[in-house]
Amino acid sequence: MKGSDIIIKSLENEGVDTIFGYPGGASMEIHQALTLSKKIRLVLPRHEQAGAFAACGYARATGKPGVCLATSGPGATNLVTGIMDAKMDSIPLIALTGQVPTAVIGMDAFQETDILGATFPCVKHSYLVKDIDMIPAVIHEAFYIATSGRPGPVLIDFPKDLQQKEREPDFNKRIKRAGYNPNIIPSKNQIQKAAQLLSEAKRPLIYAGGGIIASEASELLRKFISKTKIPITTTVMGLGIFPEEDPLSLRMLGMHGAVYANIAINHADVILAIGVRFDDRVTGKLSEFCKEARFIHVDIDAGEINKNIKVEVPIQGDAKEVLNQLIGLVKPSDLSDWHQKIEGWKKEFPHHYQLSEQSITPQHVIVELSKQAPSDSIISVGVGQHQMWAAQFYGFKNPRSWLCSSGLGAMGFGLPAAMGAQVAYPNRTVIDIDGDGSFLMNIQELQTLRQEKIPVKVVILNNKYLGMVAQWEDRFYESVRGHTYLGEADFASIAKAFGIEGATINKPAEVAPALKEMLNSKGPYVLDVKYPYDDKSHGHVIPMIPSGRTYLDTILLDGQTLKEHWGIK
Amino acid sequence: MKHTVALLVENEFGVLARISGLFSGRGYNIQSLTVAETLDPKISRMTIVTNGDDRVIEQIMKQLNKLINVIKVQDMTAENHLERILALVKVRVHEKNKKEIRKEIEKMKGKVLEDDDQCLVAEFTGDEKQIAEVHRNLKPFGIMEFEQTGTIAIEKGKKVIGA
Repeated sequence: MKGSDIIIKSLENEGVDTIFGYPGGASMEIHQALTLSKKIRLVLPRHEQAGAFAACGYARATGKPGVCLATSGPGATNLVTGIMDAKMDSIPLIALTGQVPTAVIGMDAFQETDILGATFPCVKHSYLVKDIDMIPAVIHEAFYIATSGRPGPVLIDFPKDLQQKEREPDFNKRIKRAGYNPNIIPSKNQIQKAAQLLSEAKRPLIYAGGGIIASEASELLRKFISKTKIPITTTVMGLGIFPEEDPLSLRMLGMHGAVYANIAINHADVILAIGVRFDDRVTGKLSEFCKEARFIHVDIDAGEINKNIKVEVPIQGDAKEVLNQLIGLVKPSDLSDWHQKIEGWKKEFPHHYQLSEQSITPQHVIVELSKQAPSDSIISVGVGQHQMWAAQFYGFKNPRSWLCSSGLGAMGFGLPAAMGAQVAYPNRTVIDIDGDGSFLMNIQELQTLRQEKIPVKVVILNNKYLGMVAQWEDRFYESVRGHTYLGEADFASIAKAFGIEGATINKPAEVAPALKEMLNSKGPYVLDVKYPYDDKSHGHVIPMIPSGRTYLDTILLDGQTLKEHWGIK
Repeated sequence: MKHTVALLVENEFGVLARISGLFSGRGYNIQSLTVAETLDPKISRMTIVTNGDDRVIEQIMKQLNKLINVIKVQDMTAENHLERILALVKVRVHEKNKKEIRKEIEKMKGKVLEDDDQCLVAEFTGDEKQIAEVHRNLKPFGIMEFEQTGTIAIEKGKKVIGA
């Protein structure tokens, strides 16, 4: 068997059904082998970065590892942003790269890059395979490492000569590894302590995130909340783990989170932080974050515990397993006073926006889309204002229905990630809510949608600006524009040029019917929603806690800070 | 605070780069680093001297532990352990002071490796303090070159760091 065939057979053995791959000199052997595979569909993105993002989208939507493939040199370096995205958000990703032949490694050969060295800080682990006999074992271990413990990206670099060699493979070969044991048994003692803290709490709150999704614990979490009546706020990674229409949901917290979520967490006496990492976008000024609260922190990664915040009850373990034990131990108590307080904050500080008669309000597009889209739709986003508006105003109901480059914040993520999810779920509605800047960064994927018949719907909130940076300019730089104006583009015409349906709207009355038409279309669709970047008022993502500040510094809808609103000096 | 961290790692290419990259990437400091094969050729032992407050050291230990090629990490500072550094020193000599310098070297349990008309090369082992003392005591004679290894460390008593 040829090395390239051994690679494909090994991937099939791991259950791979889709690879997002772009061929080149050092990887074409693998593509040749792929043409013979009956189990694996190769989707050709039009840029390797989009291939990596698509694999991330596939993984986020399915929970299975996403696989991308690129050639050596520029092909491999183009994957790096996607690999880092997977690292930051703990997404299982397998990145396969071709490498120049072993004999010329180190000679600065054509399209040679030390991709292993280049990606050390971006991967959970990586391999340069030099021994053809090791291919099956390396691939098997790569999938194990990518999916176990705290998931993450694994890169495998295959020199071309290895792909071409002939060998009788042993698919049962395994690597012995003393230094990796992801199966952590959580401490019963600590769980007992956590249960007691939660049972005695007067103002308990759950602060949950991506770890719930990674451990498939959403259903159990819902049971836990239904039993204990403890309210929940989620990180941007955690959107969908708990239905947002539920009265116990406080939606997303943090910099652009709900005002009531940020008030509530800063008034809580016991916080169950689970599958979260106390990111700066959540905590703001660390020394002021939840000063009165006692923390229980559950995470599979010991490195996250006591990293940013010293916690009282650390529990290293899988979120699902810990919740499973915790649910039997926590005694529900009467939290009606606490619920009432939260209800009051919700009424006083709802997510809100003002409609205009002249121009489209972007938040309204998201609310309308949330109403019209099927309940099992998958939403993908780029990075910027549109991303935060989607997080604030879309009514998420299910885990794995929100694809968002959260930690890395990589623009250009929306379209390819949607593409990856749509390939996994051809019959579900997958919508990329994008900004014009983000969309432009991987616009070439329109051809992939068309060619591969991937019916992704794209809603572009097109204000001709890099809105989020412009917003910061307005707030902190006296509106001096530092290269944040993009300009005019007719995205519907571009879509049509690729053979994709498209429409443009700019009037408020057009929003609902245009979304309806888009959702009813069979194939891919681009809806270009034009609205003006309106500085300081409607154009900004509000609420906003300026970087490094506290919830009391939240900028409210009327421009006041929460401190001012409450009359605190 | 200074910490001496002992690691057992897989003896593979790239492992050192992953570890040193972790330190630089997260802004941790490496004061010294030594690495060599153990009796088991598949495993290397590394000793890293670093510094930081408790929180930083806790993070360093945890982040090192997360690397797939790292088999074991131990913070030796918390333990009762011995540390050694090897130093090679080239001292300028002339006929008149050679005897005195030799005596000084002997006093510090150094070993003369090369004896020349113009210089002496001597070898010293000791912990950080002792090596600093060597430097201090020989400086007045004129040190031409002073070279030292990183620290290696071993625990006192029966306890060992095994894979």
